[in-house]
Amino acid sequence: MDLRLTGPPPSEVERAAVDGALATGGTGRDQLLPALHALQDRVGFVSEGGLRHVCERLRVPPAEAYGVASFYHLLALAPRPRTVVHVCDDLVCRAHGAEAAVAAVERACAGGPATVARSPCLGLCERAPAALILAAGASPCAEPVGAADARAVADAAARADSAAEAAPSRRARRLAKEKPGARLERVRRAAPQAGTPGLRLLARVGRVDPESVADWKASGGGEGLRKALALGPAGVVREVIASGLVGRGGAAFPAGKKWEAVAAAPAPRHLILNADESEPGTFKDRVLMEEDPFALLEGMTIAAYAAGCGRGYVYVRGEYPLARLRMERAAAAARKEGLLGPDVLGSGFSFEVEVRRGGGAYICGEETALMNSIEGKRGEPRQKPPFPTQAGLFGRPTVINNVETLAAVPWIVRDGGAAWARIGTKGSSGAKLFSVAGHVARPGVYEVEFGATLRQLLALAGGVPAGRSLRAVLLGGAAGSFVGPGDLDLPLTFEGTRAAGVGLGSGAVIVFDDSADLGDLLARVARFFRDESCGQCVPCRVGTVRQEEALARLRAGRPLGGREAEVALVRELGQAMHDASICGLGQTASSALESALSRLGAFSGGTP
Amino acid sequence: MNRSDPWSGGPAEGAVWFDPPPRAAKVPGPPPSPARPPVALSVDGREVRVPAGATVLDACRVAGVETPTLCFHETLTPVNACRVCVVEVAGARTLVPACSRQAEAGMQVKTDTPRVRCSRKVVLELLASSVDLRIAPGMAETMARYGASPGRFGPPAPDAADRDAREAGHHHAPDGAAAETVAQPVKADNDCYVRDYSKCVLCYRCVEACGTDAQNTFAIAVAGRGFDARISTEWARPLTDSACVYCGNCVAVCPTGALMGKTEHDLRAAGAWDPERQTCTDTICPYCGVGCSLSLTVQDGRIVRAASPVGADITRGNLCIKGRFGWGHVQPGPRAGDAP
Ligand SMILES: Cc1cc2nc3c(=O)[nH]c(=O)nc-3n(C[C@H](O)[C@H](O)[C@H](O)COP(=O)(O)O)c2cc1C
Ligand code: SF4
Ligand code: SF4
Ligand code: SF4
Ligand code: FES
Ligand code: FES
Repeated sequence: MDLRLTGPPPSEVERAAVDGALATGGTGRDQLLPALHALQDRVGFVSEGGLRHVCERLRVPPAEAYGVASFYHLLALAPRPRTVVHVCDDLVCRAHGAEAAVAAVERACAGGPATVARSPCLGLCERAPAALILAAGASPCAEPVGAADARAVADAAARADSAAEAAPSRRARRLAKEKPGARLERVRRAAPQAGTPGLRLLARVGRVDPESVADWKASGGGEGLRKALALGPAGVVREVIASGLVGRGGAAFPAGKKWEAVAAAPAPRHLILNADESEPGTFKDRVLMEEDPFALLEGMTIAAYAAGCGRGYVYVRGEYPLARLRMERAAAAARKEGLLGPDVLGSGFSFEVEVRRGGGAYICGEETALMNSIEGKRGEPRQKPPFPTQAGLFGRPTVINNVETLAAVPWIVRDGGAAWARIGTKGSSGAKLFSVAGHVARPGVYEVEFGATLRQLLALAGGVPAGRSLRAVLLGGAAGSFVGPGDLDLPLTFEGTRAAGVGLGSGAVIVFDDSADLGDLLARVARFFRDESCGQCVPCRVGTVRQEEALARLRAGRPLGGREAEVALVRELGQAMHDASICGLGQTASSALESALSRLGAFSGGTP
Repeated sequence: MNRSDPWSGGPAEGAVWFDPPPRAAKVPGPPPSPARPPVALSVDGREVRVPAGATVLDACRVAGVETPTLCFHETLTPVNACRVCVVEVAGARTLVPACSRQAEAGMQVKTDTPRVRCSRKVVLELLASSVDLRIAPGMAETMARYGASPGRFGPPAPDAADRDAREAGHHHAPDGAAAETVAQPVKADNDCYVRDYSKCVLCYRCVEACGTDAQNTFAIAVAGRGFDARISTEWARPLTDSACVYCGNCVAVCPTGALMGKTEHDLRAAGAWDPERQTCTDTICPYCGVGCSLSLTVQDGRIVRAASPVGADITRGNLCIKGRFGWGHVQPGPRAGDAP
């Protein structure tokens, strides 16, 4: 194929940015997204000249590269101010005045260097309303902030804007520089149980320095891996199957079975840590990556050893700068310690880990979309079968697991699968993280043993604010289902939620009191799916549009053919989206709305 | 491409110059080898046997069950995007696309259940409420067969001129008064063919034909996300500034008339396109020694369309710019810059 390159040539700055990004990773197609990020980070958007240079270096046809660049919402394709404040207006932040916050931040930033953009959930829900400042330049800055104080946001954006211009050496420091006191406060806010004895998944959070291998080792880090290397791959699979551990990413597939399938498939095999966490209201994986990155690498290494994978990828969503930095630093430190690399702990097992960064696309959390994204293609899910265990990343057998899934693995291997299986209930073993946010006194990530009820979880988080009553809880985020105040005794287990016709999904628990505007929340969910559909299949691409339109009519009291006909239309649409869509996004895009109709009596009379 | 490519880089080292080029991985391979035993499955209760590697769609056809398809095309890799072909397979949580799912021994396929009918109907309605399908061959019949009434979603929204500039993750919240559509201005930027994306169902066929399934030119791709996804050149530049070589292989596979030869487009626009007055003549392209099969559609003594039969083993329906559009010299009337 001859490349036909048209348009303006790259500037020196664009050329240097792209060449710098390609200096380490090679010039395969899988370097496309990293190269596009380099342009975005350096010049604030993907420019015509810059994209042309990317195509020339990677030998990618320009139309395809443009198709990929235009898929991600963190990549801009037209010039704009180099500093952008992404203000979350998603479900949790709406419960905390996101609309007013967006307006106030816009006012405060007017006349300043930064521009404001709305964003879906940033995974900072414990700080709602939240924002993420991204400043492009020689030293690109990324700073998550609370957005309640608009003036402070505008000031931080202005600081980021000037810092982004500074010499590149300051780049890494900006993110990590934080006083120990402030760090602890931030961690306690994200995980209010931090420091409580008896925790398994959050054991190190707030207690152990996430940047220190020595501290991690001193707190038992690496014991699981040593035990695994002694057990042998089949032994590890046996323990993990015995533990009953199932995936925490939403599909609840047994982890050990997945590894066993990959181990039986031909080499080379790959492993992916799915850290794309973009389900609205979910931020547990962020906390694990920020506060216990070595444990995740340990879990990955054990899984890779068990399944015979030689390469591992950590795919972190683009909105998680600190999590990505921590994972990158931990991987570098672990390699120095011989925990990763050609000869893991002298066992002869070779495992390398690379950290990849998402570009802003919820759908890239879907496992096969994620693989396409790493491969430098559009993040479109693939039809299954074949499953990733047969043909995954680069067409090879691939293990892909959620962050929380692999976080449990070192504990399981060290203490034995039977010990994990004894925790929780018969159908749901072990400990589980829930991201609790919205109208609760102490939002945050909570660890409970399976079996706890919704009531107990809400009590842990301090319940709804005094003087308010509970209106609804959205279980599992935008792709989940609403339950009402009558469902508080629902056991938060796989079997318990299944029996009730709902699901745990990503473990998001979004709480709304009687001040919430249900119609507004449903409209936000509909907007979310309309924005995040990859656009590949008709039921989802057009169905999400029709769903949002029907909802707008219902809210405005102008239903087509009467309320009942409109509700019937919504349900029929939901049925087709569920049955005929390629992936879980389209299959669940109508779930929240349908549960609001049947469980909360939305639109049953007058207003929702 | 940095791998060795016998067309652009001359013969690979050690190869005889007339070695055939390796087949691109996505080009459909030879028919499944008869060595593998056939697969027995049931379709709507009828037992059928298909060769190993065949799809559920193949099995439906063997069983004589009519299955609607839109994105599927015999010469292209299935992308299973349109979902009009979905069927129910016993044990599967959701419906499965017949066009891409491999037939498996013992599979129980049902094509006429309430779930299948509901999904096919809604999918057709979603398509027809957002895309102009008026000249898409066979669509009216399929819609009638499933009782699809796209008007259920409200009156269609008018043309939008900004579709090429839409940003992923952002859109204007609708008020529901009109059903959003892909209606947009026609792109007529060259003498060979016209792109009317108001008629585009995003079946990916043109992208595949331009890419590894046939042409290997990669002039077009899918850009954007969700409902704003669209077929585009880089930066939505005109075709004349793209890699396009005007082979028209994308036009040949487009199922809706979104891509159309300029002659046909102009005749239709003038109300002068009249299949009643047309004849079809099969011949061989006289330009080069390959000898591609050609079907020439002639109206009023002029060639108004050139195509190659999908079943022709040399072309599999593909041609080059000369065979597809280079007919000005045999036409009566003005010649300069004439496309057929
Ligand atoms: C639209 C969509 C988004 C998803 N997002 C995530 C995600 O952000 N993180 C995740 O771990 N799994 C996500 N999943 C689930 C993955 O596809 C996959 O099931 C999971 O990563 C497997 O890991 P597990 O078995 O450990 O749960 C998503 C699925 C869908 C359909
Ligand atoms: S269901 Fe939606 S997100 Fe999934 S493949 Fe289809 S269009 Fe893409
Ligand atoms: S005419 Fe040929 S080269 Fe041009 S876009 Fe169509 S298939 Fe590609
Ligand atoms: S232009 Fe035609 S072939 Fe291409 S995606 Fe649209 S409908 Fe399909
Ligand atoms: S950060 Fe706003 S909803 Fe999660
Ligand atoms: S024809 Fe099967 S999905 Fe389009």
